[in-house]
Amino acid sequence: MTKVSMVVNGKTVSGEVEGRTLLVQFLRDGLGLTGTHVGCDTSQCGACTVHVDGQAVKSCTVFALDVAGAQVRTIEGMANPDGSLSTLQQAFQDHHGLQCGFCTPGMVMASAALLAENPTPTEAEVRHHLEGNLCRCTGYHNIVKAVLAASGQDVSAPLAAE
Amino acid sequence: MPKDGIGASTKRREDLRFLTGKGRYTDDINIRGQAYAHFIRSDVAHGRIVSIDTAAAEAMPGVLRIFTAADFAGVGGLPCGWQVTDRHGKPMLEPKHPVLADGKVRHVGDPIAAVVAETYEQARDAAEAVVIEIEELPAVVDMKAALQPGSPLVHDEIGSNLCYDWGFVEENRAAVDEAFARAAHVTTLDLVNNRLVANPMEPRVAVGDFEAHNDQHTLYTTSQNPHVIRLLMGAFVLGIPEHKLRVVAPDVGGGFGSKIYHYAEEAFVTFAAKQLKRPVKWTSSRSEAFMSDAHGRDHVTRIELALDADNNFTALRCLTHANMGAYLSTFAPCIPTWLHGTLLAGNYRTPLIYTNVKAVFTNTVPVDAYRGAGRPEATFQLERVVDKAARELGVDPVELRRQNFIRPDQFPYQTPVAVVYDTGNYHATMDKLLEISDYAGFAARAAESQARGKLRGFGVAHYIEACGIAPSNLVGQLGARAGLYESATVRVNATGSITVMTGSHSHGQGHETTFAQVVAEMIGCDASQVEIVHGDTANTPMGMGTYGSRSLAVGGSALVKATNKIINKAKKIAAHLLEAAPEDIELKDGKFTVAGTDKSKSWVDITLAAYVPHNYPLAEMEPGLEETAFYDPSNFTYPSGAYGCEVEVDPETGKVTILSFTAADDFGNIVNPMIVEGQVQGGLAQGIGQALLESAAYDESGQLLTGSFMDYAMPRADDVPFFQVDHSSCTPCTHNPLGVKGCGEAGAIGSPPAVVNAVIDALHRAGMTHVTHIDMPLTPSRVWAAMNA
Ligand code: FES
Ligand code: FES
Repeated sequence: MTKVSMVVNGKTVSGEVEGRTLLVQFLRDGLGLTGTHVGCDTSQCGACTVHVDGQAVKSCTVFALDVAGAQVRTIEGMANPDGSLSTLQQAFQDHHGLQCGFCTPGMVMASAALLAENPTPTEAEVRHHLEGNLCRCTGYHNIVKAVLAASGQDVSAPLAAE
Repeated sequence: MPKDGIGASTKRREDLRFLTGKGRYTDDINIRGQAYAHFIRSDVAHGRIVSIDTAAAEAMPGVLRIFTAADFAGVGGLPCGWQVTDRHGKPMLEPKHPVLADGKVRHVGDPIAAVVAETYEQARDAAEAVVIEIEELPAVVDMKAALQPGSPLVHDEIGSNLCYDWGFVEENRAAVDEAFARAAHVTTLDLVNNRLVANPMEPRVAVGDFEAHNDQHTLYTTSQNPHVIRLLMGAFVLGIPEHKLRVVAPDVGGGFGSKIYHYAEEAFVTFAAKQLKRPVKWTSSRSEAFMSDAHGRDHVTRIELALDADNNFTALRCLTHANMGAYLSTFAPCIPTWLHGTLLAGNYRTPLIYTNVKAVFTNTVPVDAYRGAGRPEATFQLERVVDKAARELGVDPVELRRQNFIRPDQFPYQTPVAVVYDTGNYHATMDKLLEISDYAGFAARAAESQARGKLRGFGVAHYIEACGIAPSNLVGQLGARAGLYESATVRVNATGSITVMTGSHSHGQGHETTFAQVVAEMIGCDASQVEIVHGDTANTPMGMGTYGSRSLAVGGSALVKATNKIINKAKKIAAHLLEAAPEDIELKDGKFTVAGTDKSKSWVDITLAAYVPHNYPLAEMEPGLEETAFYDPSNFTYPSGAYGCEVEVDPETGKVTILSFTAADDFGNIVNPMIVEGQVQGGLAQGIGQALLESAAYDESGQLLTGSFMDYAMPRADDVPFFQVDHSSCTPCTHNPLGVKGCGEAGAIGSPPAVVNAVIDALHRAGMTHVTHIDMPLTPSRVWAAMNA
């Protein structure tokens, strides 16, 4: 067991981990931050997406020890300081961008990273960016709509293909 | 008007916890002192277990105990909830389904042993040290091969791989054959309904807890129906009476059918927790899910349609082989039979129908209901064969459908396959589809595609489904070993707020929001005054759970019934306080008024009087304001809809791109349009996934070739377009109090044939009329091969 420290959602935390402990295990089991989910074992689903030093990272693909000292942000750290939903979270609720909620933390983290890089993405850019995040419930329609809305684009007219 | 009543697109209250990481899924539950289970699963499809040596593993750090079949000698097997009787009046063959493989392994993933250790890693490490010797036997994967004499037997003791040979309606068989002999035209189509894996994003998890001092078991599990699990596991597997067994299904991350069934791992952790006097947790990996969650579909079918000289459908004949996999999953036998054969009339007036279903055991993962369950299979073959008939006859597929639709003035409509459709208007949904998909403008769009060297096609499908399962007396006659009512308890609290305990279960459907809307509408209060509790057998009435698009139609009806009881009692209390007759009391906007007067009492006046009964008719009524109702439907509900898909096929590569997808549904009345649209959109992506991407494939030796998201192609955000979803066509259900029909499965039912029809249309328009069918999924290589055949 090795001691590891990092900053998670603005707080310095530390814990004992094995070399093989994944970041997602450290977050869930070590810190009790169970908002980050595990949906696969092949790095395909994105349910575990968090931010490490501002970048979206699948937390099942990195060891906890590899992010020692880093700034980590999880879904638990996404709301506004007063506890209200952030613009992006609010857009997910307003546009019904979630059903069972299991993919949602990963979707929010991946979308937030997109908007930080590209504040007004096109539909195609949103879809391309979210390719690594699986959702089995929504058919992606309302997720894409929520991300476009969060970027300030008008989604009030019916959205259609082409 | 109550805020957020029926018809409002109320935002979901459950979203707040899910969007902030505060959801409580089963894997988020950790009980002090819990141990971890890891299953050792068969890596061969068929074999005899020669020996299991656990000695070395048992000595490894942290290992608490290693379980094998021997430990379960005194325990029942996993039960099957539906018995099908075959064409000859014989009950289906029902092999044993042990919790851990006993003597033989029958599919890759069959659990052989389980290690329980202090940590998950220790359990996994020790599993590596368990030495299992298996004498591999020839496996059988193909259904038709499994029925050949001399085929390996999946279950030696039952002597056959044929579970049942079902005929429906058996008495019509000869008449159907005669109609075919007389037909002016017969269209025949051989097709496969591809095997799928439901893959809810949350893998299955089970945590067993045991309190020795009062002999109390608790199982936390990823289930769509905790009461059903309690009944099946308690009564049939472990022999635990209900009052000593609590089953909790907290937030569940999607189900789509795969979390209906009672699984071995649930029984295992419950059993092991008692043996070890420790909580025991098991979390499925996705790879395990692929080989242990029940799969869906997997039918091989010949469908034949007979038409007269005027293109009227005169008879339909279907021969299906349905894969059961290696064991009977909980509801497996009813899917290809009663949920499939009874839907073969579709939206049409076909007077004579016969279907023969042979259910077959193979060395594969068990197959059971997956979103739609039997109805997608029925719709796919019907809508494909109708399309093929139209092409053979040179008539417009839309017109051929329209000509044969049941007319709006023919409802209620008795089909030749037992069911009676109460309402519908298929011409209206078809018109709606053509309007909003701009069918009229298709030719111009096709020309534009052609100019770019692409082949454009438009495909339609019209579906019917039977939801709101089901009248208990009817399903009892058909072999169900359960009732299919639903329950609700409405508890009005002293100060007027309302707590509802429902037997339905939400795993994405948003019941916490919509059920509150229903109560708010009836009482005339704000929906925020209503809390919905579900998922825990300790505090909800016995209910059958959520599947088959039944929650609102059946669970919602129970809720209406219970709320009506509340209103009736509240009116009596109001009558007493207002010194009027109960019949003269009106409830409006949360206020009780004596009709024609301005004398009134508020909702809270009444609820307080119920719990502080100082001035109360105690001689006539009990205090309190809490009612329970069970609702057993008198019929199924019959949602229907017209779906249109526009595709472009790349002639160089065979790649299919979905340009637009339009759904025009009739769900009857709607409580929350936003949620209904979301259900349809999600179903469409699953149906498009089946049509273009998904397939659970086995090789001849029974190895699962698609065992992870690396090989099993799930639809991703850039595989689907924005959908056009319309539900303005509305023929309310006539036999439930809300007039609702159910919307959860429609998208997955109607979309696969629309997609395939669109691709065939594109190829035909380009002159490739030799392509009459392509089996799903329509991958580029399959489409290319068909084009170049
Ligand atoms: S759990 Fe990390 S990608 Fe699936
Ligand atoms: S909301 Fe259920 S997986 Fe996305």
